[in-house]
Amino acid sequence: MSMNEEKTEFRPLIVAFCCNWCSYAGADLAGSSRLSYPADVKIIRVPCSGRVNPMFILRAFERGADGVIICGCHPGDCHYSTGNYYARRRMTLLFSMLDYMGVENGRTRVEWCSAAEGVKFSNTMNEFCEKVKSLGKSVRLGDIRCKD
Amino acid sequence: MQRIGVFVCHCGTNIAATVDVKKVVELVRFEPGVVFADDYMYMCSEAGQEKIIAAIKEHDLTGLVICSCSPRMHEKTFRACAEKAGLNPYMVEVANIREQCSWIHKDREEATEKAVILARAAIAKVNLNTPLQEGESPVTKRALIIGGGIAGIQTALDIADAGYEVDIVEREPSIGGRMSQFDKTFPTLDCASCILTPKMVEVNQHPNITLYTYSEVEGVSGYVGNFDVKIRKKARSVDMSACTGCGECQAKCPLGKMGKIPSEFDRGLRTRPAIYMPFAQAVPAVPVIDRENCTYFKTGKCGVCAKICPSKAVNYEQEDEIVTVKYGAIVVATGFDIINLDKFGEYAYNESPDVITSIELERLMNASGPTGGHLERMSDHKQPKDIVFIQCVGSRCDDEKGKPYCSKVCCMYTAKHAMLIKDHWPDTNITVFYIDVRTPGKNFDEFYRRAVEQYHVNYVKGQVGKVIPQPDGSLLVQGVDLLDNKQIMKKTDMVVLAAAVEPNKGVRKIATMLTASIDNNDFLTEAHAKLRPVESPTAGIFLSGMAQGPKDIPETVSQAGAAAVKVVGLLAKDKLKTNPCTAKCDPMFCNGCSTCANVCPYGAITYEDQQVRGPGVNETRRVAVVNNALCQGCGACTSACPSGAMDLQGFSNRQITTEVDSICR
Amino acid sequence: MTKQEIEKKVELIKEISGCDPYKCMKCGKCSGSCPAFNEMDVKPHQFASYIVNGDIESLVSSKSLWKCLTCLACIERCPRSVQPGKLIDAARQLVERERGGDYLHAEDIPELLDDDVPQQLLVSAYRRYRR
Repeated sequence: MSMNEEKTEFRPLIVAFCCNWCSYAGADLAGSSRLSYPADVKIIRVPCSGRVNPMFILRAFERGADGVIICGCHPGDCHYSTGNYYARRRMTLLFSMLDYMGVENGRTRVEWCSAAEGVKFSNTMNEFCEKVKSLGKSVRLGDIRCKD
Repeated sequence: MQRIGVFVCHCGTNIAATVDVKKVVELVRFEPGVVFADDYMYMCSEAGQEKIIAAIKEHDLTGLVICSCSPRMHEKTFRACAEKAGLNPYMVEVANIREQCSWIHKDREEATEKAVILARAAIAKVNLNTPLQEGESPVTKRALIIGGGIAGIQTALDIADAGYEVDIVEREPSIGGRMSQFDKTFPTLDCASCILTPKMVEVNQHPNITLYTYSEVEGVSGYVGNFDVKIRKKARSVDMSACTGCGECQAKCPLGKMGKIPSEFDRGLRTRPAIYMPFAQAVPAVPVIDRENCTYFKTGKCGVCAKICPSKAVNYEQEDEIVTVKYGAIVVATGFDIINLDKFGEYAYNESPDVITSIELERLMNASGPTGGHLERMSDHKQPKDIVFIQCVGSRCDDEKGKPYCSKVCCMYTAKHAMLIKDHWPDTNITVFYIDVRTPGKNFDEFYRRAVEQYHVNYVKGQVGKVIPQPDGSLLVQGVDLLDNKQIMKKTDMVVLAAAVEPNKGVRKIATMLTASIDNNDFLTEAHAKLRPVESPTAGIFLSGMAQGPKDIPETVSQAGAAAVKVVGLLAKDKLKTNPCTAKCDPMFCNGCSTCANVCPYGAITYEDQQVRGPGVNETRRVAVVNNALCQGCGACTSACPSGAMDLQGFSNRQITTEVDSICR
Repeated sequence: MTKQEIEKKVELIKEISGCDPYKCMKCGKCSGSCPAFNEMDVKPHQFASYIVNGDIESLVSSKSLWKCLTCLACIERCPRSVQPGKLIDAARQLVERERGGDYLHAEDIPELLDDDVPQQLLVSAYRRYRR
């Protein structure tokens, strides 16, 4: 992204982890319904929200992401029965730690979105983008294991 | 290093209108690993696929990135295409630049930029892809049904009719289950045995069905398609092939006349001999000796049955036999029982013989029951003139006394009982204390209304607080009419309790053997509450009947049919293709902590002692092993693993991390 | 009473009784058990809905408050753990507290013992306010 023009508005970099069964399909539905959301959102497909390892999120913030959102199936609808419950608990912990590390709670989110909720997906992304935008550039986490 | 080919699709104008396809091709051409990049109008078309195949051959490609529509749409197509060209199908990644890019963005520059980023992420991932092989496992074309009630019978018949061999394991001496104890069935009031016994006989005579009655499942090993099941055939003490079912032994057993052994089938309302068939229409019509009560087995004296048996079938020496059989699929149809009422002292169930449960009432009204179908009080054998029914006894309780769920069948069977009694003895006064009358189902509410409107059954909205047996033999019922806001003190002759249903006692043991999950109430859980209601999350295990949750006979029969279709669908396959995107444990890092096994919804992770060799390590230790036939690839274990030993093939930690990296570049 | 006051009292009743009136499914087993039913103006099965609907004023001024025998039958038999007996006991406490009887010394108890006062009330009041 070009930094040379001063009047260029801040464009956040947002990574979205979507589970293959519900929210990735919801994102596809948002697409086929032509419901727009900012191009700042880049989706990574994972089999289940329970697959999202906290390391991925830390890595994203380390590499300069401004916001990370994890989307899964609604409680009770997980394709693998319980993955989203684990994700919810795991992320609650991680987010409070991230907040402590300077990555505000507004930059992280877990959202449930079914394959039929294209509208919800697009609204969520718009809302989340606005939120992250208002928070500005995120602090960049450093990896103290191996500085390059 | 991979040799990657990138193919960008125009999708007519669907993509090309907002994404500058040519520019994408130019920009990704110099990404690491990319040796070829091209665009085409319709990549998924015959011509497009041929283009891909040609490029694979010409440039010796080892990986493909297709920038097109959603992988949910055409991933399969492109994988098949790669396979045609001799490339491993799992070396293909799809960058979704239509649904998640061109269709939602209007600004051409922005959309093109995003398309490039998405393509880069996919390229970075393919660089780390490894060829994956779909596993294959053979299928044993034989199904096991645990439980021989109406659920098990129907499932067995449906599978057997489709041409597969089925075994039924039933704990009791006869199949038939709860339904064989019932008198009539709602809402049509046809007699239960009239519709059940023909099915029982059919099961017995079906060439594809083998019955293991008076038998129990002892152990299960293996996985979908390849279960090894140990079945204990308890000693019947009667030779099945010699016995003609004449019943002489039952009639002559000295214990029969003494009336000391309560009949389980008649819920203790009558007694049985030590050698017995549970009921006259039992299938198989072969008695068993109840060794705990039999005088011969207790004292070594008696032997009347052996002496009297015309076909010399009685064999006291018979021993339990254990057989091991291979199965491809297992159906759990273990059914239900009613809860123990000891904790409900207020209803005086243990104090008065005239306070009975609904299932005992079924026996009292059954023509083959202890009273020959004549309704009478167990205390003085007089016909009751006034009967009180109490609903929700133990159902919808949130304390430890009862069950939190609605038992679903009680409202309907109580209406049935009330009407049947009124039909036979119209001057009987019937009061039903209810909390709610729940009658969803075809012709169900009409049925209940008929009890009120046509038979004038007195339905009282309220509950009974106490039943007090009176010195004159009657019962004093203290209850409330909430709509009148009045307390009712009422003398009655008989109280019938609609006790809550619960899964049969043995189900916990069976579920543990099968690694099938059960809920807080011991009902088996389904793989998906809405979309996979007859499958257990454990592959190859199917659910039928009350074992999965409260349901009536029509529902049970339809679920039994559904389970049968799922079983047939499995058995029809010669080989099972297994999803290669499964979890994999790196023994170097695994310390056998069991965290992964605890989060695995499929019981796919076991532990074994392995020799671990590496830099500075050479030891035997307990490590996790993933069963690829059971693993569904959800990845729950990978993010739970504290040491990073678990990884998911096809969505590995490195692959996802590199996607994150290339997006955040 | 203002809305805030009512809410405060509802919370107080919930806290003292340890019961959740929202769990009531209106089965009426409490009223079907109550030996003092005919003496009461507000019946046991109505306690929960009076609290849920915020009609605390009617509840605390009802005769039922003082007619309850604290026999515990409804507490024992309630299938939903709403336990109307505990709710009405909490409402009684509410009244007692407002009367200024919010403090009880162990040494005062013997002379307070009176055959007409429900023992349960005395014991529970001591248990809760002996600080």
